[in-house]
Amino acid sequence: MRDDLHLISDWIPADASLLDLGCGDGTLLAHLKQHKKIRGYGLEINQDNLAACFEKGVNVLEQDLDEGLGNFQNHRFDYVVMTQALQAVLRPDQVLNEMLRVGREAIITFPNFGHWRVRAYLGLKGRMPVSSALPYEWYNTPNIHLCTVQDFETHCRKSNIRILERQVINRHHRSGLLARLWPNLFGEIAIYRVTV
Amino acid sequence: MPQPIPQDAPWAAEDSVGLVEPRTLSFDTALELECGRTLSSYELVYETYGTLNDDASNAVLICHALSGHHHAAGYHSTDDKRPGWWDTCIGPGKVIDTNRFFVVSLNNLGGCHGSTGPASINPDTGQPWGPDFPMMTVKDWVNSQARLADVLGISRWAAVIGGSMGGMQALQWSIDYPDRLSHAVVIAAAPKLSAQNIAFNEVARQSILTDPNFHGGRYYLHDTYPRQGLILARMVGHITYLSDDAMRMKFGRDLRAGRFHFGFDVEFQVESYLRHQGEVFSRNFDANTYLLMTKALDYFDPAREFDNSLETALAKPECKFLVMSFTSDWRFAPERSREIVNGLVHAGRDVSYAEIDTPKGHDAFLLDIPEYTKLFGAYMHRVANEVENGVNPVEAGNHA
Repeated sequence: MRDDLHLISDWIPADASLLDLGCGDGTLLAHLKQHKKIRGYGLEINQDNLAACFEKGVNVLEQDLDEGLGNFQNHRFDYVVMTQALQAVLRPDQVLNEMLRVGREAIITFPNFGHWRVRAYLGLKGRMPVSSALPYEWYNTPNIHLCTVQDFETHCRKSNIRILERQVINRHHRSGLLARLWPNLFGEIAIYRVTV
Repeated sequence: MPQPIPQDAPWAAEDSVGLVEPRTLSFDTALELECGRTLSSYELVYETYGTLNDDASNAVLICHALSGHHHAAGYHSTDDKRPGWWDTCIGPGKVIDTNRFFVVSLNNLGGCHGSTGPASINPDTGQPWGPDFPMMTVKDWVNSQARLADVLGISRWAAVIGGSMGGMQALQWSIDYPDRLSHAVVIAAAPKLSAQNIAFNEVARQSILTDPNFHGGRYYLHDTYPRQGLILARMVGHITYLSDDAMRMKFGRDLRAGRFHFGFDVEFQVESYLRHQGEVFSRNFDANTYLLMTKALDYFDPAREFDNSLETALAKPECKFLVMSFTSDWRFAPERSREIVNGLVHAGRDVSYAEIDTPKGHDAFLLDIPEYTKLFGAYMHRVANEVENGVNPVEAGNHA
């Protein structure tokens, strides 16, 4: 399992209910179901991922995040999780609001566009950054709303979203001293737990 | 010496259940029906494929749709040109793998393929039941299927599976017998019919009821049947089974003779197709059964006995659900399947949902569509694994 998923699963208490937006092959849900008896659903649109979830026995619903979460009641879940998908939706602000409507807390991870290597790539090469965290060309990237740690936190402040916990990790999924001191410069992946 | 099997014989194919034989069971315990009447004795015809394991835990029930029956897979004789109606899904190594599952498929009560129905003899009169046959509902069918399960020694189905009206039976099973199934697979169905669905059914019924050969449903005594009515009923039904796109791709505006005749004979290919479908159907289907089955569809509404709350109705099931729909299905569109899914999510049930992207319309559930086969197969693979690894039903009923 990816290290960011390990971090997230540490944040989720046993027996919680959970909605995983863009749940991929269901790894996180299966892990949490097995180790923490969480109950929940994943949303996914990729056919191979759906099949993988079916095989694993995790609940998955074919549903496009860009069409909203209108089918879920207010505070239906303890946690709504979205890993590495915020930057790929049409309206991240609206998705974030919806996450906090159907869940008591939201857990979000995204690639930090403020990382020094990204800045250096654009600043020195003058080209759109391509890296292991952002492996796409400008013309085929699904990442249409990239943001920095600072952008995200500014948005949360403006929208009265409370940040309960933050972790920034590097490409090796470790949280070094530099990343803790200057997250916007040295964090490659940002992980937040937020509520309203 | 036995004849060598011809290599290209479809019934001898590796992924075919091969030659199968229907069986009939007689029931003498009266069945109380939802309409208030009672069926004192009745027969059910059914087929089975695969082998029931020692603890009878690998059985799956196939519920048929409006014009379906017990013959879901394989061939009845070496001369059969076409296999059972769901042969694409049932067989060794197929989605519903008969190497792993014991598959039971029956003809519903009120049907016209061997189970007791309007064409059967009413023991009280010695005449065919005709219009006197009691109205059946999805609930009644599920009750009769539970009795069949009792006789076959199946206390709990690994899965109850159905498309369209079959999916409605699977849903009803989960509500009425929550401890008798581990999975319900509900494909191209709806939690109840819409006004438009009922309207199409009513057109079909009126075409039969107004046929001069209908004789108030006692056409058996007049040695005739409402052929024209059945043809029309099937034609209108068939339009709803296909999508606009599917018809455009299949027929377009193609002309049979390549030019206009300026008359009312068959000119467009789509006319020819519909008439042919109607003709074939009218020869093989009983008009009273068609009336009865469409009414059972219209009446289906499991939320009704729970203050019209689907969410309350769906608090009853303990099984896990797979719900699937098809993008171009306008008879029971994906939105209708999502109503079921949302109800299950609200009720905290375990459910997975897939929306198959296909232009094939409602009939897609009967076809071998790669995405459908893959996802359905993945789910059934997991069901079979649970059976073989002995997953505890308590764990299986751990709600979301």
